Amino acid sequence: MSALLVAEFHEAGALTTAARAATSAGLPLADAFSPFPIEGMAELLGETSTRLRIWMFVGGIAVAALAYATEVWSAVYNYPIDSGGRPEHSWPAFLLFPFAVGIFGAALTGFIGLLVKCGLPRLHHPLFEINGFERVTQDRFMLALHAPPADADKRSAVDWLKQAGADNVWELEW
Amino acid sequence: MSSRDDRAKEALRWIAPAGRSIDAVNAIVAAPLLERQRWSWRTWWIAFAVSLALTGAMAISIAWLLIEGIGIFGNNTTVVWGFPIANYVWWIGIGNAGTLISAMLLLLRQHWRASINRFAEAMTLFAAAIAGIFPILHLGRPLYFYWLAPYPNTMALWPQWRSALIWDFWAISSYILFSLLFWYIGLVPDLATLRDRAKGTMARTLFGIFALGWRGSARHWHTLHIYHMTMACLGVPLVVSLHSVVGLDFAASLMPGWAETIFPPYFVVGAMYSGFTMVIVLAAAVRWGLRMQALITIEHFEVMAKMLLAASTIMTLSYCTEWFTAWYGGEGAERRLVVYAFTGDYRVLYWLMLVFNCVIAQAFWFPAARRSIAAVVTIGILINVGMWLERMTIVLNTLSHGYAVSMWRTYAPTLWDFLLLFGSLGFFALLFLIFCRALPVVSMHETRRLLSAEAQP
Repeated sequence: MSALLVAEFHEAGALTTAARAATSAGLPLADAFSPFPIEGMAELLGETSTRLRIWMFVGGIAVAALAYATEVWSAVYNYPIDSGGRPEHSWPAFLLFPFAVGIFGAALTGFIGLLVKCGLPRLHHPLFEINGFERVTQDRFMLALHAPPADADKRSAVDWLKQAGADNVWELEW
Repeated sequence: MSSRDDRAKEALRWIAPAGRSIDAVNAIVAAPLLERQRWSWRTWWIAFAVSLALTGAMAISIAWLLIEGIGIFGNNTTVVWGFPIANYVWWIGIGNAGTLISAMLLLLRQHWRASINRFAEAMTLFAAAIAGIFPILHLGRPLYFYWLAPYPNTMALWPQWRSALIWDFWAISSYILFSLLFWYIGLVPDLATLRDRAKGTMARTLFGIFALGWRGSARHWHTLHIYHMTMACLGVPLVVSLHSVVGLDFAASLMPGWAETIFPPYFVVGAMYSGFTMVIVLAAAVRWGLRMQALITIEHFEVMAKMLLAASTIMTLSYCTEWFTAWYGGEGAERRLVVYAFTGDYRVLYWLMLVFNCVIAQAFWFPAARRSIAAVVTIGILINVGMWLERMTIVLNTLSHGYAVSMWRTYAPTLWDFLLLFGSLGFFALLFLIFCRALPVVSMHETRRLLSAEAQP
């Protein structure tokens, strides 16, 4: 069960200002929605993790290692062919296959990691119930706060958001 | 702050007044997809019919090839490569450019890429896929192409890992799949915009499914940004390795004129050169056909013309290096090959190639030439022809004039060679025409971000 207060803004600048002010006022930010990435917004939300890169590195290395192992095993152990006295384990010639598939492995790991981290695909989300939420992929900006449990606090938070320049404020529970 | 001021200035430079608001960008890019009735689409249908006919020619020539074998081509026992391999190298060069341009410009923070990266990446996918067909068709026994893959089989055999053909197979397949991910992840926010703008249920459902439920969350933007930048960092070496491997198909041999260490980098630059010309042609087509004048401006053509000029200079230097090493190396066959290129059976092709690749791009020293779309497109097409001639002459000269004099033979293409070449061009056009009507050709979210610099405090 989550309860959110979602405020709509006209401009990216107003959204950032309100988000900064909300953090200083002690209102807990939940998320922000915008038609393009806004600099500094992820940091305000405490979202600074770059762990996806580590996963991509691990995935890439794992796929490359598997590819290299396949080459060595098949060319040295399973079916060695003496081709003009060339070494069976021709490591320089063996590097290209692991390199190419390793990069693809990293890309695929990152893609899956991105979907997992973002919780996508999720074709329907309760936020889509908000009338006008379709504008955040076009030209509007929204800020979501965790709604305080007490009604009085909630009302003051709504007032605070309107003061901060919000055009509309919705309350959303699911 | 200064970076933001720079971005605001950038936005004014790269976007014409008609596109300088977020909603204008959305409307311009979405119009061909969501307001189809505003267009007559007559030119589109004519182009579609022509490219469909050419695709039919390609299908027929492939079918005839599978029935008759590669004897239908002009290839002979000396010139074993001919059109199919030259076409392959040419197409893969074009296929290289989209991701190379997109990833490199992203890493170099060239914000103008927002107007061209989407269709350049689509071009990459189509061209690389077409390129992949040619070596398979050229195999002689195309139905056994899957022997390139390592899989447990009743013959207990494995691929020959030292072979450049195997490297090619993995480099191309990894590259196509990589490019598909790179392209798709950049599309997701735009698909969400289209989902939210679409009026019809069908369009909304389809765009909605492929948008994966994107909702513009700042957390998602952050993750997407990390992924996109990391992909760009991985993409540049992958692209460079891909065309280097194509260069190694030649350089790893022992033939005069091929076994040269300059081949891998020289092929990479050549790929960027021909790919950029294709981007220019497509940019002009998209700009005019889909009314993107506000987003694809003269400034874009000017800066791409400068890239062509730089690439042309590097190509010229590469040719000179080839001639120099042939002379300086002192090998008789190498020296005779250079003389043969200039004066032999294919001299017309060679001279034309030099004119197209080295000389005509010099026009771009003049701003008037860079700022005329007609001039940039014409020169671009000629350069692309020149790059095709380059691949032809690399294949033909060396194979016709190898070490064994008794083996010298010339090559003449057949009707089927030409049908397959022009058919593949038609197939490329067909795929691109369909892409233009199905997906946004310019990246809306990146253009919005470029514009946002003005609006932000």
